[in-house]
Amino acid sequence: MQVDDTPTQERLQARFDRMVADEVRIEPRDWMPEGYRRTLIRQIAQHAHSEIIGMQPEGNWITRAPSLRRKAILMAKVQDEAGHGLYLYSAAETLGVDREELLDLLHSGKQKYSSIFNYPTLTWADMGAIGWLVDGAAIMNQVPLCRCSYGPYGRAMVRICKEESFHQRQGFEILHTLSHGTPAQKAMAQDAVDRFWWPSLMMFGPPDSASTHSERSMAWGIKRFSNDELRQRFVDMTVPQAEALGLTLPDPDLRWDEESGHYAFGEIDWSELDRVIRGDGPCNAQRIERRRTAHEEGAWVRESAAAYARKHAATSSAAGETAA
Amino acid sequence: MSAPAAPRTPHGWPLWEVFVRARRGLSHQHVGSLHAPDGEMALRNARDVYTRRGEGVSLWVVPSSAILASSPDEQDPFFDPALDKAYRHPTFYEVPEGVEHL
Ligand SMILES: [Fe+2]
Ligand SMILES: [Fe+2]
Repeated sequence: MQVDDTPTQERLQARFDRMVADEVRIEPRDWMPEGYRRTLIRQIAQHAHSEIIGMQPEGNWITRAPSLRRKAILMAKVQDEAGHGLYLYSAAETLGVDREELLDLLHSGKQKYSSIFNYPTLTWADMGAIGWLVDGAAIMNQVPLCRCSYGPYGRAMVRICKEESFHQRQGFEILHTLSHGTPAQKAMAQDAVDRFWWPSLMMFGPPDSASTHSERSMAWGIKRFSNDELRQRFVDMTVPQAEALGLTLPDPDLRWDEESGHYAFGEIDWSELDRVIRGDGPCNAQRIERRRTAHEEGAWVRESAAAYARKHAATSSAAGETAA
Repeated sequence: MSAPAAPRTPHGWPLWEVFVRARRGLSHQHVGSLHAPDGEMALRNARDVYTRRGEGVSLWVVPSSAILASSPDEQDPFFDPALDKAYRHPTFYEVPEGVEHL
């Protein structure tokens, strides 16, 4: 029997639009427009990839942490980032994709991760700059996502945001200790901030005038604030913190603007972001290579666990039959 | 009711739903899901992923494929029987002025 499904389609779309407008959360088994599903899969996957690739720049310093206390903290932070990756892959899977599939897309370069992780971590002070600035910028992006129209993504973000605040504080503490240490330690802290400041501002994405998908994501209740708005908030929040650290931010145009009630800051070099996104950042190739290797070298663990589960299932079902 | 979806992962591990009891006296609450080859590994992974900060004193893992769910599309008729029974709520009843502890 031939059924015309147009009215149903319209009814479903109208219901979805109403739910988003009323701030009612969309859940996995609800009808949703294909574009909404695709946008979410791309965004959540990219977010998940960023969490696990983000383990590398910091993992680089675990064995060289200056004290056991710092080492334990850094390990806990890197472990948290792995957890964040898992929460987000799980959220993406509720949209009908498979984690294995998403990892393949990451490994083959078809899906991206945040370009901030393509910068190298040259000194211990970089652990401070990453925690303070990179996790700080991530929090600024992530807090509004807790209210995302898609339920599983919002719930994952709530868990993540709770854990992130320690990440930012431990970074700030590292820099504070260094900047109140010897002149060489202070110089190391300043150098790290100088290198990570501009890439951190780029984490909010291209300027609103050049941001292609923003408007649609706003209408869908996925995005709540524009890239430029969030970037400005981050600058306003960070400048006083830099003063408390006794460090400067590498921007000669940075100044308080009485009229707007915000800090004005200099022009961002967008060609650098383009280069890094295109693959020409300092560490793009190294990060993906490391990720692929880790995945391949972990294959025997996954296979052993699966073999054990199969054997165990066979034994217990045989035992069950005997008992019956 | 609709049948649960078959596991989506032909080459991966089955999906498990994780429930955490935050402390004695509270019921287990759903916190998320994860992949694991068997229940024992699912429990260990759930401990590492969902209780790194003492969020729970007890964990349940349930194969996602074992969960039956009402369909969101059937939402209205399925839950209809509850909608026209306002007399199930105490606010339905009128209490004369001055009567207390009722
Ligand atoms: Fe994170
Ligand atoms: Fe973090």
